[in-house]
Amino acid sequence: MSLTRKDVENIAHLARLAITEDEMPVYVNNLSKIVSFVDELNTADTAAIEPMAHPLKGQVQRLRPDEIADRDQHEKYQRNAARVEAGLYLVPKVIE
Amino acid sequence: MTELHHQTLAELAAGLRARRFSSVELARHFLARIERSNPELNALVTVTADQALAAAARADERIASGSAGPLTGLPIVHKDIFCTDGVLTTCGSRMLSNFVAPYDATVVERLSQAGVITLGKANMDEFAMGSSNETSWYGPVKNPWDLKKVPGGSSGGSAAAVAARIAPAATGTDTGGSIRQPAALTSLTGIKPTYGRVSRYGMIAFASSLDQAGTLTLTAEDSAMLLGAMAGFDPRDSTSVDAPVPDYVATLDQPLAGLRIGLLKEFFEKGLDEANGKLVRDALKVFEAMGAKLVEVSLPNLPLSVPTYYVVAPAECSSNLSRFDGVRFGYRCENPVNLIDLYKRSRGEGFGAEVKRRIMTGTYVLSAGYYDAYYLQAQKIRRLIADDFEAAFKEVDVLMGPTSPTTAFDIGAKVDDPITMYLNDIYTIGANLAGLPAMSIPCGFLGGLPVGLQVIGPHFAEGKLLNVAHRYQQETQWHKEIPANYK
Amino acid sequence: MPFETVIGLEIHAQLATKTKIFSTASTAFGAAPNSQANLVDLGYPGVLPVLNLEAVRMAAKFGLAIGATVSQRSVFARKNYFYPDLPKGYQISQYEKPIVEKGRMDILLEDGSVKTIGITRAHLEEDAGKSLHEDFQGSSGIDLNRAGTPLLEIVSEPDMRSAKEAIAYLKKIHTLVRYLEICDGNMQEGSFRCDANVSVRPVGQEKFGTRCEIKNLNSFRFIEKAINYEVARQIEEIEAGRKIVQETRLYDPDKGETRALRSKEEANDYRYFPDPDLLPVVIETAFIDTVRGTLPELPDQKAARYAEKFGLSAYDASVLTASREMADFYEAVLKELGGNEKLAANWVMGELSGALNKDSVEVTESRVNANRLAGLLKRIVDETISGKIAKEVFEQMWSEGADADAIIEAKGLKQITDTSAIEKVIDDIMAANPKQLADYRSGKDKLFGFFVGQVMKSTGGKANPGQVNDLLKAKLAG
Repeated sequence: MSLTRKDVENIAHLARLAITEDEMPVYVNNLSKIVSFVDELNTADTAAIEPMAHPLKGQVQRLRPDEIADRDQHEKYQRNAARVEAGLYLVPKVIE
Repeated sequence: MTELHHQTLAELAAGLRARRFSSVELARHFLARIERSNPELNALVTVTADQALAAAARADERIASGSAGPLTGLPIVHKDIFCTDGVLTTCGSRMLSNFVAPYDATVVERLSQAGVITLGKANMDEFAMGSSNETSWYGPVKNPWDLKKVPGGSSGGSAAAVAARIAPAATGTDTGGSIRQPAALTSLTGIKPTYGRVSRYGMIAFASSLDQAGTLTLTAEDSAMLLGAMAGFDPRDSTSVDAPVPDYVATLDQPLAGLRIGLLKEFFEKGLDEANGKLVRDALKVFEAMGAKLVEVSLPNLPLSVPTYYVVAPAECSSNLSRFDGVRFGYRCENPVNLIDLYKRSRGEGFGAEVKRRIMTGTYVLSAGYYDAYYLQAQKIRRLIADDFEAAFKEVDVLMGPTSPTTAFDIGAKVDDPITMYLNDIYTIGANLAGLPAMSIPCGFLGGLPVGLQVIGPHFAEGKLLNVAHRYQQETQWHKEIPANYK
Repeated sequence: MPFETVIGLEIHAQLATKTKIFSTASTAFGAAPNSQANLVDLGYPGVLPVLNLEAVRMAAKFGLAIGATVSQRSVFARKNYFYPDLPKGYQISQYEKPIVEKGRMDILLEDGSVKTIGITRAHLEEDAGKSLHEDFQGSSGIDLNRAGTPLLEIVSEPDMRSAKEAIAYLKKIHTLVRYLEICDGNMQEGSFRCDANVSVRPVGQEKFGTRCEIKNLNSFRFIEKAINYEVARQIEEIEAGRKIVQETRLYDPDKGETRALRSKEEANDYRYFPDPDLLPVVIETAFIDTVRGTLPELPDQKAARYAEKFGLSAYDASVLTASREMADFYEAVLKELGGNEKLAANWVMGELSGALNKDSVEVTESRVNANRLAGLLKRIVDETISGKIAKEVFEQMWSEGADADAIIEAKGLKQITDTSAIEKVIDDIMAANPKQLADYRSGKDKLFGFFVGQVMKSTGGKANPGQVNDLLKAKLAG
């Protein structure tokens, strides 16, 4: 299956990736090839097969006791942030 | 005395205990080798010389006071996918080129507690996405066996560092072959344990249901030593398995008489270089001589493992990498005009081409209208493949075959063709899909380039794999070869 | 053309756990920005979620309380979208396999009949952080303290047919989660929030109309207003020949209007898939049985008991059980009083609730506690004071904090029940009002009230009204 430029633009938007004009034809070509390649999956008969989300059988979610184990470390954590003010992370204005 | 960098971890550990040299001397020796060779290899992104020497001095005190453990004072490098508190952790990406992790990954923490010294952080394919170490923001890593060749990926920096003896061992991660394939291409012993055996906490996620940490070392014995310290239950990782860790070193010498080795029919059929195949068959003869029996087995769904992987892994990665948005950490574009511009440009500029390709592939296969045909179908085939392995392990103890279809290829040769690149993982991906432990061990050379033998076991059979590999290494010398320029 | 309204509600109840659903950071409200967002809440590279047992227990408790199936196996999925208050770029939620399925809740309609509202599902998920829009040089500030707080999203069937029904259902759920002590129900702090899916259709039409989702509803009053506004808007649109567009609308309480969201996500595609960092949640039967054992008497069970055993009306029973604290207060009064359930009910719903409302205090903070109220009611029962005097005493109890007997004693409010004393008063009044007496005896029955008034006035209201009636009738008759 081949993807159109429009398809790739939509995917890039959903994934919030800026793709330049120069890169666009390359991605259209690459992604089309990848999708054609994985299309082979549809040759297998999987009618009665349960999908497998985890590689180990029989493992179940462990539940953690409800106990606080953290102290305020926001200054340390915010050292990696580009813009911070008054303890808040800053982003361009959110418009609803 | 044998040159320090010619010694295995086990030998170095013995030397430290016998006070033939100190941990500080050991660290200095390797730091000097790093300084000399890293510029041409590009194996390490960060060298933590000061911290390493300070930790080595502490290790020497522990050794002197008699409170040292078996790993105390041994230096290694960590793949730069593991978070290291207070140290740059880049994941090979521009996105994290300014990221100083505020905490240690469980693997790092456990090895540090065991007294292991971190020399630096190893280069890698960006976010572990690649099979050649060419996708790193920090540039390609060179193969010490031939600087024009790739070292494999994604743990290419780890592999090149150990192969060039600028570090005696390294950690790595393996999502689709990222430990085993570089181990094969650089003549090292690489192990990817069972999914859930080693905690993923602090290991920057690529594909959560496939990622697993392991080691790249000179010998199986070294792998056994390191893995024993890394493995085990971690309450911070929900997928970590709560089961005791056996003493992997204690079982290394068990005899192999009666071992049933399954030869994967599918592995010897498709895309395997003939000369490469011959070396693998020669290796099998060594096992036969030790009393093992060869049985041909077929995993009919295995040929679908590459397309299955290239749906599952991108799907998970597309979601895992959404957290990189330029707000709380990581690269942020200059002067965003609005929120969407902040997201799109920070991510567009911060991620490289292969990462973007996989994020987009993953976004596509999860999107409305395609989920059933791709993602769900891949999860079903994943089960078929896992069931094939399970059936095979009713007949045999381990499976063997090649690790990689070819020896190391030229830097730049496959970089423009994603599908050709993806097919490098054809023999390794199955173990990740099924969560099985798997190793690659050196089994010869073709035109001066290393070839690896892959050994796959049932869940939690790391001990058996290491035993098999160790016995083979008692009979062969391949793992002792050192690249000419790094002797 | 007459229209029918169709409403379904999605309620987000913050679970009253100490820590986040997937991290060990505190959920306490009102801390300094980002001081309670740990590495997991911030979505730092490499960190992983581990599920909080208490959140699972609370969800199971809710499921049992609404007669639902508590799934033995549920799965967490990722809902993928980008927003500044969503640190990981996905919300961990439950999609195909929620923890609670197919429950129901009965509501009391205005005509006294009962209607059952279906509850499709309730699932666990993590809350997002908050965007603060005050101006930071054209930027918004992000506080992630709330990120990762456990939410139970309770999704109803589109079973409600008016804003009043929607409010009745919402209040019942609000009452229930507080009874179960799984949510503090604080709507101002956002612990209990609601989105409403509203559509209209011509009466008789089977197919649902196109619905709009109204967000930002944080008080019962706003929800009712918002729904009514939205219903009127949709009818107006249809009658003007326009089509309703399926969209998310925001309620603006200042203007009393709903408006379409400006930043509409073009074609939401959340790309749900099972979260590979979390394993299936398996709940054993023994766990469910243990949780069942911790269920308190539920509001509906309590109301039924009040109606059946105490003879209260369905309405009164529902008022008294509307909060666990109110019901507890009522039952504490009964315990001290030993019976007289109707009298106690009238006082709790009347004088006490009036005083609480007037001073805006919660029943748990009441200035007249249950024992003191019972003490007052005892004096009505034993006829020490009349109901009317009791109201005066109650006012003083409320303002002065004393108990009933002390006030009755100090103010000499004890009822006069001595027959000869009352007869003496009646004699005096008859002597002082010969004209009225003559008129009464000539047939002006209405003057009976005049004589009652005079007796009460003369005794300062302390004469026992029943005795006054009887004695007056006899004396006036001559």
